Amino acid sequence: MALTVESLRVYYRTLAGDVKALDDVGFRLADGEIMGLAGESGCGKSTLGKSLIRLDGRMRYIGGRIELDGEELPIWDDEAMNPFRYRHVSLIPQYAMSALNPTRKIGRMIRELLRSRGVDFEAIRPELERRLDLVGLSTDVLDRYPIELSGGMKQRTVMVISTLLDPSLLIADEITSALDVSTQRAVATTLAGFRDRGFVKSMIVITHDLSVLYQIADTILVMYAGKLAEKASADDIVSAPRHPYTRLLISSLPEVGVRYEEHRLSGIAGRPPSLLDPPQGCRFRDRCPLASARCAKEPPFIEVAEGHSVACWEAGVEAASTPKPRERVEAV
Amino acid sequence: MSATIAPAAATERAPAKRMSGLRESLHFALRNRKLVFGLSVTVVMLVFALVGPLFAHHPPLEYGGHLSWSPTTRDGYWFGTTLQGQDVYAQFVNGLRLAFIVGALGGGIAAGIGMLVGFTAGYRSGIVDEVLNMLTNVVLVIPTFALLLVIASYLKVRGITTEAVFIGVTSWPWAARALRAQTFSLVSRDFVDMARLSGRSSWQIIWREIAPNMSSYLFMMFILLFGGAILIAATLDFIGLGPSNTISLGMMMQLSVQNAALQLHLWWWFLPPGLAIMAIVGSLYVMNVGLDEVFNPKLRAT
Amino acid sequence: MLSLRGVSKTYSVGAFGGGRLNAVLDVSFDVHPGEVLSLIGESGSGKTTIGRMILRLTPLSAGTISYDGIDLATLHRHRLKEYYRHVQGVFQDPFSSYNPIFKADRIFSMVRSEFFGDVDGRTWAAKLDRALEAVSLNPDDVLGKFPHQLSGGQLQRLLVARALLLDIRYLVADEIISMLDASTRIDVLNLLADLKQRGLGIVFITHDLSLGNYISDTTVILRHGAIVEMGATVKVFGDPRHPYTQALLASVPQLHTRWGAEEAAHATNGSPQRLVEAAELVPVDDDHLVAAQ
Repeated sequence: MALTVESLRVYYRTLAGDVKALDDVGFRLADGEIMGLAGESGCGKSTLGKSLIRLDGRMRYIGGRIELDGEELPIWDDEAMNPFRYRHVSLIPQYAMSALNPTRKIGRMIRELLRSRGVDFEAIRPELERRLDLVGLSTDVLDRYPIELSGGMKQRTVMVISTLLDPSLLIADEITSALDVSTQRAVATTLAGFRDRGFVKSMIVITHDLSVLYQIADTILVMYAGKLAEKASADDIVSAPRHPYTRLLISSLPEVGVRYEEHRLSGIAGRPPSLLDPPQGCRFRDRCPLASARCAKEPPFIEVAEGHSVACWEAGVEAASTPKPRERVEAV
Repeated sequence: MSATIAPAAATERAPAKRMSGLRESLHFALRNRKLVFGLSVTVVMLVFALVGPLFAHHPPLEYGGHLSWSPTTRDGYWFGTTLQGQDVYAQFVNGLRLAFIVGALGGGIAAGIGMLVGFTAGYRSGIVDEVLNMLTNVVLVIPTFALLLVIASYLKVRGITTEAVFIGVTSWPWAARALRAQTFSLVSRDFVDMARLSGRSSWQIIWREIAPNMSSYLFMMFILLFGGAILIAATLDFIGLGPSNTISLGMMMQLSVQNAALQLHLWWWFLPPGLAIMAIVGSLYVMNVGLDEVFNPKLRAT
Repeated sequence: MLSLRGVSKTYSVGAFGGGRLNAVLDVSFDVHPGEVLSLIGESGSGKTTIGRMILRLTPLSAGTISYDGIDLATLHRHRLKEYYRHVQGVFQDPFSSYNPIFKADRIFSMVRSEFFGDVDGRTWAAKLDRALEAVSLNPDDVLGKFPHQLSGGQLQRLLVARALLLDIRYLVADEIISMLDASTRIDVLNLLADLKQRGLGIVFITHDLSLGNYISDTTVILRHGAIVEMGATVKVFGDPRHPYTQALLASVPQLHTRWGAEEAAHATNGSPQRLVEAAELVPVDDDHLVAAQ
């Protein structure tokens, strides 16, 4: 197993109290697996991604255990995590492409970054150039300033830099969100290509866009209000979801070919609970059409079928009233 | 299956236990040491300026006949007398009053012009912005001392109001620049477009949408201009360009230096005005730093 | 009817303003009452600029926009305000559309003081309740609150309610749901579709083709400021003729089909040259036009 996460709890301390951003989260990631991490704003997916590398000073590690390639990651200690960052676990943060220093040429920025990690730029340069070429960038990108590059080019540059030392685990946080549809496809396929070429062993791709995940991820993990809702293969999540939240979410996504007059979609009424003082029991209870008395007790996240885990008491119950996943509409 | 759940009723989260914006600001304000210290010193000096003159026994410019007395309780010369026999205490409290007047008037005028120019340039951009920028730059580089010397030679009598107006009219450029930059950033926000779509005119938008959003910034800016005006006035007075019909703190320092008070050990003549200027201007700036921390949550040490 | 004819917007760029950037190039289309027209394009396509020009927030460089035959450029002050009774807009970022230091319902009192000054309190309260009901909001949940106390979805609905207070004929919706969560997006979208049934014309600006496909009757595909394809939505999506439209549709991530392997993702290394002149639109079918290539 490449990555094992057990009972992870990460809170944010605020004036008003503790925001329980991640509450008892656990899952496994195999070697070579691309896992998509999906959920809406405030569900904790970004927190989960950042806590694996401990890169946000506001987070407070409360409990849990993370193991990568058999070695425990000291995510409670900023200093102790240093040798792991970039070499074994790498992160492409959200808005990375906007965070490039505008006064530095790309090549110089990479040189400084590598020096801070104890890597000689000249020694690794041939590999760097090879990879830039592989993603479709010419090597004179190194002599350019960030402002001269388009969004897609910057994003691919950042992706190459983050994986230069062949980390075991790459965490990509919303790297396709700010891009146009055509560039999004190029960037997403490039990302998947990194795994295929062996630059990275496993990946966690964080985004709210389920359809992009379906294209490149092997498995998808859906989160809701700081807890895990469902984890299954991408195909299962999309065609046979078991958690009511996943089902409602999938059926609320418009696709090309679906028109309002023919098929009126519906969303999920209400809002996620506040994480300052989350409710007892299942956190989706208030908005769930299948909620019953036993939902007052929090459902565990357990495997109900091969490779398919859910946190719901109703999962697996094929009652007539359960929402059926939307039938595949005639593609355009 | 269509989710016909009643909209939001059951899922409204518990009302946030946050304090309202104003209450929160007040909470931090009272706990901020810089703000409390700065404000206390300023208030003490202000009270002194208002109430002090009531206790003066002699008019500030009167030659009382007692030369170079050190501070004493005789005849009410609490701060002693000058080389020429004038009551230092009377001069001091008079100077304090003038300092506050110059600060308010000069700072107020500078703030007014700064806001007018800054808001207009930031909101309008284009050719209006270019012209106002040019104006700002011209006023910025005018040598104020030279200008004041020229003016001084033409005016027979200069009062404190003239000095305040002069200061106000020459110290607004940096305020205009700062406000222009702030206005730029607010103008691009959608709520300005929303106000336009509601039929509001440009000036209405500036006064009712943009300025209130910058109220803390404007407040702090005024305090800086206030303190700055006092400092400039003291400097002008010290080199002899002060008002000709009264005595201010800066003039007291000028006269004391001219009359070799330092060599003659007449410390009561220059120490009170010097300390007073330092106290007022310093406490205003310290207060400003404290205010910045109160208004800007990111600077707070929680 | 809202009519655009030969609308262009040019910016001067470069060190001394010598260069020219065509944000919008010779765009013409009509919006009829009760019709939803989608302006679809990627970033830099000019779609937001067109929306702003329709709302008179940005001046035109060339061409005309007319509302019921009246040229918008001739409207000033009083008559412009009258125009805003008929045409309104909602923008992308709900939190930017509200002045953060005031309560959210100030948008309503602003409309009241500018347009309904002589209406008494009781009538206004009833009007407000009806508008809130039309957007499925409970007055107790949203009135008297600050913007940061409300969700993005509620804020966007409030803006639609504000527009409804004015009894508008056309709404310019510029990416209004792109910053909302997936589960609330579809509800706001359905709201727009319902309003369309009630006779409201909508200019729906988006980069997301699936949204455009869901609610619009007519689709206009923009690229670098010029129209490349336009017509009835079913025709543009069902039978795309322009290579750009085809490439766009192929890149959209779908939920049950994977991207084809045949289309190697064309790496966009810098943008291709922007056009200086818009290509002419040629009809390929009834209600379906494509730019000549």
